[in-house]
Formats: sequence, structure tokens, C-alpha cells
Amino acid sequence: MKPVLMCRDVVVDFDGFRALQGVDLVVYPHEVRFLIGPNGAGKTTLLDVICGRTRATDGRVLFFSHDITQRPEYEIVQIGIARKFQSPSIFPFLTVWENMELAMRQDRRLRSVLRAKLTGEEKEMMAAQLEKIGLLDERHRLAGSLSHGQKQWLEIGMQLIQRPQLLLLDEPIAGMSAAERERTGEWLHEMAEHCAVIIVEHDMDFVRRYSKQVTVMHEGKVLCEGSMDEVQQNERVIDVYLGRGKNACCASGM
Amino acid sequence: MNKRWGYWLFFAALFLAPFYLTEFRLSLLGKFLCFAIVAVGISLIWGHTGILSLGHGVYFGLGAYCMAMYLKLEASRGHLPDFMEWSGVRELPWFWKPFAHPMVAIAAAIALPTLLAALLSYFTFKNRIQGVYFSLLSQAVVVVFVTLFIGKQEWTGGTNGLTNFSTVFGFSLSSPLTQIVLYWLTAAVLALIFVMTRRLTTGRLGKVLIAIRDAENRVRFLGFNPTVYKVFVYSLSAAFAGVAGALFVLQVGLISPEMMGIIPSIEMVLWAAVGGRHSLMGAIMGAIVMNTAKSFLSENYPDLWLLLLGALFVVVVLFVPKGLAGIYESLAAVRIKEKRGHECEARVDVS
Repeated sequence: MKPVLMCRDVVVDFDGFRALQGVDLVVYPHEVRFLIGPNGAGKTTLLDVICGRTRATDGRVLFFSHDITQRPEYEIVQIGIARKFQSPSIFPFLTVWENMELAMRQDRRLRSVLRAKLTGEEKEMMAAQLEKIGLLDERHRLAGSLSHGQKQWLEIGMQLIQRPQLLLLDEPIAGMSAAERERTGEWLHEMAEHCAVIIVEHDMDFVRRYSKQVTVMHEGKVLCEGSMDEVQQNERVIDVYLGRGKNACCASGM
Repeated sequence: MNKRWGYWLFFAALFLAPFYLTEFRLSLLGKFLCFAIVAVGISLIWGHTGILSLGHGVYFGLGAYCMAMYLKLEASRGHLPDFMEWSGVRELPWFWKPFAHPMVAIAAAIALPTLLAALLSYFTFKNRIQGVYFSLLSQAVVVVFVTLFIGKQEWTGGTNGLTNFSTVFGFSLSSPLTQIVLYWLTAAVLALIFVMTRRLTTGRLGKVLIAIRDAENRVRFLGFNPTVYKVFVYSLSAAFAGVAGALFVLQVGLISPEMMGIIPSIEMVLWAAVGGRHSLMGAIMGAIVMNTAKSFLSENYPDLWLLLLGALFVVVVLFVPKGLAGIYESLAAVRIKEKRGHECEARVDVS
């Protein structure tokens, strides 16, 4: 099977601080890949490189056969990589419906947006998606007036309707209740039917429950890869986590 | 639907103005409508897209000067314009020559401001210079142009600007009929620009613009290139200002560097702020109300005007950030709520 994403020896140098020191990562279609590791390991930086927010100093990022290493963010999104950030970032002064309209897969160049009108088919698709995330009745409300949880769901709906082939998530369950975590976990596997997912997550219970493949990062490098059980047995991983015994959020789970 | 009726009424009242206003008041209103055209553009970039430009005086001025060059050449009847003779210029400069054709002048009045705005905004927005930095930059452009226009007296008429026109397309500018026709033209252009901008802002483009205003980065990660959109609306608003400048000079008969300077540029922003920058009609009303107040106050208390202007700005920013349109909207919202309340009660009664 052809990989969705291949990172080859990716280096990021922030004025002398090497946040990534040669990272290799291969992700296959329909995979849910968890990135874990102590703070400062470079997980978020790696996501930033993939989605074009941070430029790689060296190395290459391939998305299918496209070299996306030097492409601007909006082009990377257009070819199928979506990114969800830590805080819910919806547009507060647009309605739920309008938020979905912008997120929908479409030609995003100015001249087609100028003429764009929703077709019946698109409306049905948007309504179906809203129904799924439980926001259909709220569609005329301003997104800013939704509850925190509803905002999270709106954002997830926006990711789904974008139909990405690779979805990047940065701590998606931060600040969620237990029930919401569960729904998110289920949603993750639903997402994986349509696309590959890379998730940065600190909550080890969540990782254990929903992961198949885990990549452990440490000091800008990939330490090891494997299932959660394999990873937990790995000597070097134990050293990294236990050696930093006070790093409670991660160590407690290991 | 209600709103649409309001728009029809408003524009009908504007078109009928020559029948109920004196010649003097009509000429003032014509001038204010030019400002209203600028205000629509400001509302588009500031209220809808979050770009605060403190440099729209330049675009207005460029449009006005382009038109004025044609008027000046027509008034000079084949001779050198008077101010050039006084400055010792012997021959008409090459860049003045095309302006003998009115169509060239009109095209330039739109194209030059648009091009300048496109260049300025492309290089700033591409490099992700935003917010107050862009505002300062746009203000700097004003200083550059005003200095240039004053300095190059032999080409631009210096501080006095361009004035003493006689005819347009062969019709006398001082004739009341010409002035009425020009007034109608201005009202028609305002209506056209309003309808066009309204269509843009209510369509998908409008949603992209609001999204850019509130979270530009997020828009980028939805796959839109905000630079293209921002350059487009900024240039469009400069084009509006250019058209407004051309119409202004036709009716007022004068353009000088003072009218494109920093204070007029800030006033333009104020019109939109007072009227409600998020609302196109609010911006139009803001321009008309503010300028009516200004002409009334400066007729009666000329020294107080600038102080009042400053005070008004502070009051609007602190207490009515959504301007006149915001006041109207909250009144309308209360009315709708009351209506709904009655309906609910009625329903309860029935059950």
C-alpha cells in the first residue's frame, strides 16, 4: 500500500535551537497514528511542518507523490491535509451553517468564490453532516454563541466536510468531559474510514484505548514506534519518561 | 423584506432631492454622496475584512486629480494651464497629454487608485503585515503623496491644487442643470456601488471576508489564500474612492492636496465608524450625517468643529462601537422580540 505521508529526515532549526533533528515518519491510508512524548519533544512542531505552518530547514515531506515541503498552508490544505488546533477555532461571527459552507470541499480561489452558490446537493450534504454532529437545529445560530462542547463538534464537522485525506489533530480531547472523550474516540475511528489521522495526545488512557500504532518522540527525534504495549516495554522509552519522573501528565500513564 | 423597502425609499428620496432641495443644499448633498461612496469602500475593508486604512484620501485624491486634469485642459482651450505658465513651464508635460480625452481621464481615475492600492496591499499582505502596522503604512503613503503633490507645483498646481474649470463634455459646470445631472449621476453610482457591494458581502465572499477579519490564520488552514482576498477588496475600495474623487471634483470644482491629506483620510474612517462600519447602509448614513453636522457646525462654530470631531470619535468608540446602524439594529431586535413574545402569548392562549 502506498503511504499517505512520508517525512524524510526532517530538520527544523529555530535560530540554533533544533526542534526537530531528522524525523522520519510514514503513515498509511486509514491509519490512526498517535504521537506521544514529553513536552518539547517536537510533536507539535512536526505537525506544523506537515501543514506548512513551519518551514523545514532540511529534509522532505511527501504527501502521496506531492512534495509539500515548501508549499504554503492554503495549498497544502487544498490537496488534502487538514489541521485542527488545540483551541476550538471556529468563526464566531458566522452562523453554524456559514461555518460549514466555508469548510466544505470546494474551489477556494477568488474567482470561483465570487460566483459560488450552494447547490441542492451541497445543502443536503451539509445538513446531513450537521445532523450527525447534532447541530442541525442550531444552524442559524452564530457559532460564537454555542457552548464549548458544541464548538468542538462544529469544528469536527468542519473537518469532516472538508474531506481531507490526512487529518492532523493537536490534543483534541483537552478540556473535554469523559462522555465527550468517548464520542471523540469513536469519531476518530469513523474518520479513519475516510482518511489517515495523526494525533498529538498527552492523555495516556485515551492513547491506550484508541491507538494501534504509536510513535514516541524525544528531543526532536523519533525514539521508537509500535503498539502501545510494545512501546511501554521499550527500555529507552522508560528511561525518557522515568528519568523525568516529575513530568507527571505523561509519566503517570506509562 | 422590510430592509429592502427601506433601501428603495432611501434611494428614491435621493433621486428626488433636486425637486425639494435648494440649489445650494443639493450641491452639498451631491458632495456628501461622493463621501458616502468612499464610506461604502471603507465599510467593505474595515467592517467586513478588518483592514483599517488611514490612507483612502490618496485614492480619493488620485481619482479627483485625474478628472481635474481633464477639466483643466478643457478650461485652458488648447493653451497651457494657468498655473503651469506661472511656474515657467513652456510645454505640457507628457503625462498630462492623454488627459485631454475625457475617457482616458475617467479610466485613469479608476485605474490609478486601484493599481496603487493593489501594489501597496499585495506587498504588505503577502508579507503578513497586518493590523496597526498596515494602518501606519497606509498613512505614510498619504504623507508621501501630499508632499509630492505640493512639491511638484509646476505639474500639480501645488497647495492650491487644480481649480477654475469651465465645462465638462462641453456643458457649462456652473449651469444648474449640469449640476443636477451630475448629482443624479453621483446618486446612481452610489446606488450601483451599494448594490454591488451588498451582493458581494452577502454571498460566499462576504463570509470569507468575515472569517478573515476574525481569524485569518484559521482561514489559511481552510485552504483559502487570505492575501488574494484582502488585495481584492482593498483595491476595490480604492477604486470606489477614485470614482468618488472624480465625481467630487466635477461638483465642487476644486481638488487640492489638503483634501487628500491625513485629516480627510481619518475623517473617512470616522464616517464609517459613526454610521456603523459593519453595515454598508450605516456607512452611507454616517457619511451623510457627519458631513451635514460638519457643514452646519463649521458654518456656525468654525473653531469647535475639530474638537467635536475628536470627541465624537471617542464617544463612538467607547459607547456605540457599532455606530448608528448598531443602534438601529438593537432597536429592531427589541421590536422583533416583542413581536415574538406576543405570538408566544397568543399561542398559549389558543392552547
